[in-house]
Amino acid sequence: MMNYLHQFAFQIYPYIAIAVFLIGSWARFDYAMYTWRTGSSQLLSSRGMRLGSNLFHIGILAILAGHVVGLLTPHAVYELVITAPQKQLLAMWVGGLAGVLCFVGISILLWRRLFDARVRATGSFGDLLVLVLIFAQLLLGMVSIRLSMDHLDGSVMVVLSEWAQHIVTLRAGAANFIYGVHWVYQAHLVLGMTLFLIAPFTRLVHVWSIPLGYLWRPYQVVRKRQATLNYGPRA
Amino acid sequence: MKVRAQIAMVLNLDKCIGCHTCSITCKNVWTSREGVEYAWFNNVETKPGVGYPKEWENQDKWNGGWVRTRAGKLVPKAGGRWRMLSKIFANPDLPQIDDYYEPFDFDYQHLHEAPDVKHQPTARPRSKLTGQRMQKIHWGPNWEEILGTEFAKRSVDRNFDAIQKEIYGTFEKTFMMYLPRLCEHCLNPACVSACPSGAIYKREEDGIVLIDQDKCRGWRMCVSACPYKKIYYNWKSGKSEKCIFCYPRIEMGEPTVCSETCVGRIRYLGVMLYDADRIEAAASVPAEKDLYQAHLDIFLDPFDPAVIEAARKEGIPDSWLEGAKASPVYKLAIDWQLALPLHPEYRTLPMVWYVPPLSPIQSAAERGRIGMNGELPDIASLRIPVRYLANLLTAGDEAPVVRALERLMAMRAWRRALNVEGVEDHAVLKQAGLTAAQAEEMYRYLAIANYEDRFVIPSAHREYANDAYGERGGCGFTFGNGCSGDNPADLFSARKTTTYSVHPNRQEKTGVTS
Repeated sequence: MMNYLHQFAFQIYPYIAIAVFLIGSWARFDYAMYTWRTGSSQLLSSRGMRLGSNLFHIGILAILAGHVVGLLTPHAVYELVITAPQKQLLAMWVGGLAGVLCFVGISILLWRRLFDARVRATGSFGDLLVLVLIFAQLLLGMVSIRLSMDHLDGSVMVVLSEWAQHIVTLRAGAANFIYGVHWVYQAHLVLGMTLFLIAPFTRLVHVWSIPLGYLWRPYQVVRKRQATLNYGPRA
Repeated sequence: MKVRAQIAMVLNLDKCIGCHTCSITCKNVWTSREGVEYAWFNNVETKPGVGYPKEWENQDKWNGGWVRTRAGKLVPKAGGRWRMLSKIFANPDLPQIDDYYEPFDFDYQHLHEAPDVKHQPTARPRSKLTGQRMQKIHWGPNWEEILGTEFAKRSVDRNFDAIQKEIYGTFEKTFMMYLPRLCEHCLNPACVSACPSGAIYKREEDGIVLIDQDKCRGWRMCVSACPYKKIYYNWKSGKSEKCIFCYPRIEMGEPTVCSETCVGRIRYLGVMLYDADRIEAAASVPAEKDLYQAHLDIFLDPFDPAVIEAARKEGIPDSWLEGAKASPVYKLAIDWQLALPLHPEYRTLPMVWYVPPLSPIQSAAERGRIGMNGELPDIASLRIPVRYLANLLTAGDEAPVVRALERLMAMRAWRRALNVEGVEDHAVLKQAGLTAAQAEEMYRYLAIANYEDRFVIPSAHREYANDAYGERGGCGFTFGNGCSGDNPADLFSARKTTTYSVHPNRQEKTGVTS
């Protein structure tokens, strides 16, 4: 039973999460684009937003980038530059620092969402859920940094990245890497996948919309009347 | 030369009585929904006052509009592209809802259901945001109506710049005017330039500025970037909304709702042709006082054969070129130079212009202190300081305001002489630089203001319309999630929005949610 659960959590669940994340996002984009939004509540209450939102977003973007690079760079590639123990130490420092920024930020945002009457009344259950889950995930991540101080040889890090690389390259046996890893890491993985799972149904979809195109577009946008679409001769 | 056409508006402030019919009809049609209760696409302010939202004209506070850099480049006042994106997590320039007002309703039902009590039951206010009791309403729509609140608060108005404003706080010297405001549908809109998603656009065929509700992601940079504060963030849908110039009506050749319902007949709608290639140069002239003239210079003469030919090459239909010739906006802004742009110093090249209001000289006349300037009363004896109007309409340049006011007075004096004394007073017209024919036409447009003269709107053309074949089986736009009909609170967290409808008495009441 435990084995079955383990296999489900680390071999099957990742694909469910990724599939729902991708297909759900596509479906929402195509079917309900009007609901695709950041969900900002700054108009109703700016208090704490400047510090909280900036710290949170900068922190979490750094953490996300760190996870992508750290987990998915093949061992053979980064070894040309840096050894595994060094990489672990780097990850702990950068991740720890970004984690602290993110923690301060999300604490302010969570406090605001719970106790600011306007934000609380106008927000949805999904808004609160997202914040609470990310808060929990961040705490697990911070605890895992403390735990990894007990094994600075990079072994656990290598195991986790092997798992991630097996998952994204669709290889069997990925879950086997996770056996014997501390439960905090396991919980962090499951909660992380859960965040991907719920993303299409919450405001989290706005991560897809980072507006980098703005840096290159001309200031003025003029839409021409469109040429009549040609569907070919009609029956 | 790249000719483009736009439907522009002129408001004759001389005739605005501040009845708010425009605001109410607009509200009922476009913003009677949850999330935009506080938003008025059209509102009427009493000036002097801080306005709506509070101090909207203070760009040091909101960083709206454009600035010209020392190198002569035009950049949004809030900063260039990187700077704008750096503000995306928390926009430091965003107005708070209290700067507009916290939307509220009253517990009317309590009046019906109150038990037999000693004192008359009252309907107390309740916030539409939190649903909680509001002990005191601190600010509301049109809070400064007819000089409401103390002068000390109202005089924060930026149009008092360079005016010794203290004396206008005294009863004898006080003055006021109404200023109806809506989206300016600018030629160089700052909101468009600030939108990280590129969701705001100007329509090429009629110049109307719209927000693509599907593409808007709610980054809310447009709200602060618009110097007129005419973009509103819908806190329910998470999207920005703005005046749409009633484009479904304009396309059918009908005036906007605010114009149609204006009881004072102060609004004019007509086609303006302009040279799109010269927009940037016009918006970046060095001196702010030159912006009005630069704006005038990019308009094209609809009678010029070269312009007509170039316009045809751009595909502008002949009905629009005919409309441009008969345009009341062209007459008011170019021929008679009565209409002036609102705050040209924001460098957005606004397309809703205003005829400045005359004001009483009666009290000065009674005291025998009325100054005359040739045939006309001295403009300085008018109650509203010319400098105040100049700060509002011409970036502080008094000459165009004086010219417009003199022409209005001359037309009246000429008409009075004609009706009362039965003589043609050519001297007064000459002083204002008008011919009798011009004055006659001004009288027709300003005083009589027939419907057909005020609104010359060529309808959109069949060629403009998209082929609707691709929309077959679609559900249209429903402020929710198109196809899920009555239940938008669906899988993708669309939120149920309440529509506030005011039912006429005789009509049977139906459900109020949609």
